[in-house]
Amino acid sequence: MPVIDWEGQQVQLAAGESVLDGLLRIGADVAHSCRAGVCQSCLLKASSGQPGMASQAGLKAAWIEQSCFLACVCYPAGDLAVETPGAGVRSSAELIGMSWLSPTVLRVILQPEAPPVHRAGQYLTLFRDDGLARSYSIASLADEGKIELHVRIVPDGRMSSWLAQLASPGITVGIQGPAGNCFYTTGAPDQPLLLAATGTGLAPLYGIVREALEQGHCGPIWLYHGAANSEGLYLQAELEALAATHPNLRYRPVLRDRNGSITDFIINTHPQLKGWRGFICGNPDFVNSLKKRVFLSGMASREIHSDAFVPAPPSS
Amino acid sequence: MQRYFMNTLYEQLGGTAAVEAAVDIFYRKVLSDHRISHFFEGVDMDHQIAKQKAFLTMAFGGPVHYTGQDMRRGHAHLVQRGLNDSHFDAVVELLGQSLSELNVAPGLIAQVAAIAESTRADVLNR
Ligand SMILES: Cc1cc2nc3c(=O)[nH]c(=O)nc-3n(C[C@H](O)[C@H](O)[C@H](O)COP(=O)(O)OP(=O)(O)OC[C@H]3O[C@@H](n4cnc5c(N)ncnc54)[C@H](O)[C@@H]3O)c2cc1C
Ligand code: HEM
Ligand code: HEM
Ligand code: FES
Repeated sequence: MPVIDWEGQQVQLAAGESVLDGLLRIGADVAHSCRAGVCQSCLLKASSGQPGMASQAGLKAAWIEQSCFLACVCYPAGDLAVETPGAGVRSSAELIGMSWLSPTVLRVILQPEAPPVHRAGQYLTLFRDDGLARSYSIASLADEGKIELHVRIVPDGRMSSWLAQLASPGITVGIQGPAGNCFYTTGAPDQPLLLAATGTGLAPLYGIVREALEQGHCGPIWLYHGAANSEGLYLQAELEALAATHPNLRYRPVLRDRNGSITDFIINTHPQLKGWRGFICGNPDFVNSLKKRVFLSGMASREIHSDAFVPAPPSS
Repeated sequence: MQRYFMNTLYEQLGGTAAVEAAVDIFYRKVLSDHRISHFFEGVDMDHQIAKQKAFLTMAFGGPVHYTGQDMRRGHAHLVQRGLNDSHFDAVVELLGQSLSELNVAPGLIAQVAAIAESTRADVLNR
């Protein structure tokens, strides 16, 4: 089995063991969260050896050129020497503002050291001083100059509770990204758009909808925000105001206690989605089930963009 | 998979975009067919579609990278859950239906069915 070299320490992988699991077994301090190849927290760089294509799926070209890979889905064929990716991949940002969007959702504003280059709807990975890493979607447009995140406070959540209770403006955090393909692209200004989120899945959509309108999108845009009850909604006034000034935008909160399942609600309203483009974000079960439903309703697979907010597994 | 045959199919379908559409049509049928859809519960749709497209697109132009062994491994857990000839027949039927909706010539559809057929023993782990 391959041997992994980490800062002079070596570990031989067991059969079926990922590079991340091997490194954590010897106590290496490698950031990670979803352990499913989704959040990009566990990004490492191979200084020698081949990490394999499967561990580079979804990474941007510039990172692949630097031999970066995702350790949690890396099962190399041969030996590897690996290190934490350096400048050019990670940078820092100052936390400059925090406010409550609802009783459970915190708006976090970051000032990155370099001007932001993301597309609204992409995500970045936030690193705390001690190496804890979690990914968050970007709600702001790049030309706004700052980065806005919407963080739902998870009870006993390591990153989210820390942000809510202990972090304060003025501190510096590490950032990595942007990443992901869930963003608006120009070229089809009259295509109907379906934007659907649960919870803080609204963060990327809040960026995408404003980006689309700013780019002059003139086709119909349907924005659905699902929550258990009215307390789960936020930015309602802002979105209603946006819809009031843009006749092609419809904003529809969907409450489980009043309207039932959000996926049923959306598919009943739009039984035929051929020719549409979709953006679907939030809870992983919701994202996967709505993706399947819109696909079966005729949306082409190439038109379906999504980010599932896959959490860290309970044990890690 | 004979390269000659795949090139012909690719041409009949009309290029990469058409292959994408063909995979969508086929996969939509698979997911809505109650005889087999339960095997696809929880399978990540993106990965599946991307792999199918990458594979089909590649197969039309380049070498085929998978082996009978891969097919055995890829379906072993499904055979444990009861995958059998009737499900295999259903899939071949849906593949044929998809191609005929796309106006692929019957002779060529028969060849695709024969290729699919040649994987039966591996898919069913016999
Ligand atoms: C691509 C991507 C984008 C994301 N974007 C956002 C975003 O914009 N806003 C946002 O608020 N979050 C987002 N997330 C989720 C985020 O990365 C963290 O998972 C979340 O903030 C919880 O981290 P934590 O450290 O506070 O909790 P942890 O310490 O990781 O979790 C504490 C416990 O709660 C469980 N848990 C955590 N979250 C959930 C959940 N949703 N459902 C069930 N159990 C859970 C964990 O398994 C663990 O047992 C995104 C995730 C991904 C992969
Ligand atoms: C001529 C017929 C077909 C051939 C040669 C073929 C071949 C392939 C190959 C080689 C891959 C994997 C590519 C990779 O791993 O990178 C793949 C993926 C896949 N194929 Fe097809 N395929 C065919 C038809 C079918 C049929 C009939 C089904 C069944 C419904 C099917 C279901 C799948 C699924 C589910 C995946 C992806 C699974 C995953 O997510 O890992 N394919 N196919
Ligand atoms: C023509 C015959 C078939 C071909 C060529 C084919 C091809 C493939 C290939 C290549 C894979 C990917 C394996 C991997 O990535 O390791 C796959 C996976 C899969 N196939 Fe098949 N397949 C066939 C028949 C079937 C049938 C009959 C079913 C069920 C009704 C089926 C259901 C699946 C499922 C559910 C997966 C995904 C497994 C998972 O990721 O859990 N396939 N198929
Ligand atoms: S991508 Fe590896 S931990 Fe999330």
